[in-house]
Amino acid sequence: MAAGSTREQAHRTVEAVWRIESARVVAGVARLVRDVGVAEELAQDALVAALEQWPAEGVPANPGAWLMAVAKRRAIDLIRRSQRLERKLAELAHEQAVAREPEPALPDSEPIEDDLLRLVFVACHPVLSAEARVALTLRLLGGLTTAEIARAFLVAEPTVAQRIVRAKRTLAEARVPFEVPEPDERPARLASVLEVIYLIFNEGYAATAGDGWIRPALCEEALRLGRILAHLVPAEPEVPGLVALMEIQASRLRARVGPSGEPVLLLDQDRSRWDQLLIRRGLAALERVEALGGIAGPYGLQAAIAACHARAGTPEETDWPLIATLYETLARLTPSPVVELNRAVAVGMAYGPQAGLELVDQLVGDPALQEYHLLPSVRGDLLAKLGRLDEARTEFERAAAQTRNGRERRLLLDRAAACVQARAAQAPT
Amino acid sequence: MRFMILLKGDPAPGQMPDPELINAMIKYNQELAQAGVLLAAEGLLDSSKGTRVIYSAGRRRIVDGPFTEAKELVAGFYLIQVKSKEEAVEWARRCPVEYAVKDSGMEAVVEVRQVAELEDITTMSEEQRAAEHRLREQISGS
Repeated sequence: MAAGSTREQAHRTVEAVWRIESARVVAGVARLVRDVGVAEELAQDALVAALEQWPAEGVPANPGAWLMAVAKRRAIDLIRRSQRLERKLAELAHEQAVAREPEPALPDSEPIEDDLLRLVFVACHPVLSAEARVALTLRLLGGLTTAEIARAFLVAEPTVAQRIVRAKRTLAEARVPFEVPEPDERPARLASVLEVIYLIFNEGYAATAGDGWIRPALCEEALRLGRILAHLVPAEPEVPGLVALMEIQASRLRARVGPSGEPVLLLDQDRSRWDQLLIRRGLAALERVEALGGIAGPYGLQAAIAACHARAGTPEETDWPLIATLYETLARLTPSPVVELNRAVAVGMAYGPQAGLELVDQLVGDPALQEYHLLPSVRGDLLAKLGRLDEARTEFERAAAQTRNGRERRLLLDRAAACVQARAAQAPT
Repeated sequence: MRFMILLKGDPAPGQMPDPELINAMIKYNQELAQAGVLLAAEGLLDSSKGTRVIYSAGRRRIVDGPFTEAKELVAGFYLIQVKSKEEAVEWARRCPVEYAVKDSGMEAVVEVRQVAELEDITTMSEEQRAAEHRLREQISGS
């Protein structure tokens, strides 16, 4: 029993070390083998070796270096084997044999951070689907197991495993180099990286499916990845922009869920439950955006909007005109009916529900919003404020039918019922 | 999960950390930050600049530092966000405290403590919890 628990303890220590070191090990090995799929397998081999040896022999003084050395040794063996094979093939073909076996590239003085950044860009390569990028990023950079990723996204483990295998194959087939993108490609490629991190965050923040409203572990994972990226790419304002946005949004995690698990919307939240440490960190990140040239990108702008809410001690203190202006800038930069809808909410708060409704009504026919439950939800809210309760009820019911989240559906049906009640009080029949 | 890594000890009055120790700590801070786990960190001046308020037998006494039991004192802290206690312990293990004690033969202690969320304190009433939340909001000054 005692031995068993010691073993288990060693096991958990290996997992903790893996969590801290795995991305670096994969990145360092990928520099040798130039293939992140192979690199990940070699890193996994090193993990297996650690799980076998550390419980018996104790955790080495520098466990990260141990994992890296074992994985690199295996990488070099692999390179030598394939070189020997190539030479054999060449000899068989009566071609001139390779004169000497070249030494595989050995760790040089290039900092590991450069390899980590390469790994980030490859895992988020546009040749992969969004789903594949998310899975691969969590696996290669987050050090999450397939089971953990599956649990976080509420999908079956084999589905995730297959997604990762396919993603690695796609990268190999497309011969994606283990390099950071050329300067002309860089903005688009960085946007892809930021998108993946924010997708992970949002999956945790507003769970699109299932009965749970939020899954904080995914938010924390995305925040960690964002903070890592901020150190790898210190000069790009959109990186601290995204970090600021996530820190501020994450500060509300505790306040977004009511006692029985129901969602609590921003303006109804108990602001004393907001995490002030995360708000301070978010505002500090936003200052870095300003220092790097100002708030001009989509993430910086969204962070600035989130900061308006974070700075307001009560909903009444919210600077809605500023939020409406920021949304206007955002809409010009990334035209989207969803941004327009958010702008309509801000305009409604700043200049009255009628002004907001006029903007929303322009969006009603938009094909992109046909299935989007927040459109009828927002429209219902504005109509209710204008006292048009029958129309509001219809909109809340429509929204309830469209959402895939069970908790949100109940919230919307409650609002529809409230309209019916208010209507009854207004005009008794 | 949030953990506080406490550095125990007390430098001699007025003693400033030497460049070697500063370098090692900067490197460690960077590792924590680059790993995306560091939320906050501070170091404290030695206890000769400190004061204690001691309550006993119904009265409060003010006692100025320095304090003698160095091992029980806190010299600095890190606040980190990690996935498990083991991960927190692994980070604590990497803290370069050997530079603080050098070859003095002294022991260096790094303590790992989990941060209590208000929700963890089972003896707290709903009203107390709400009051505490409001207070936290006020002290943050935002």
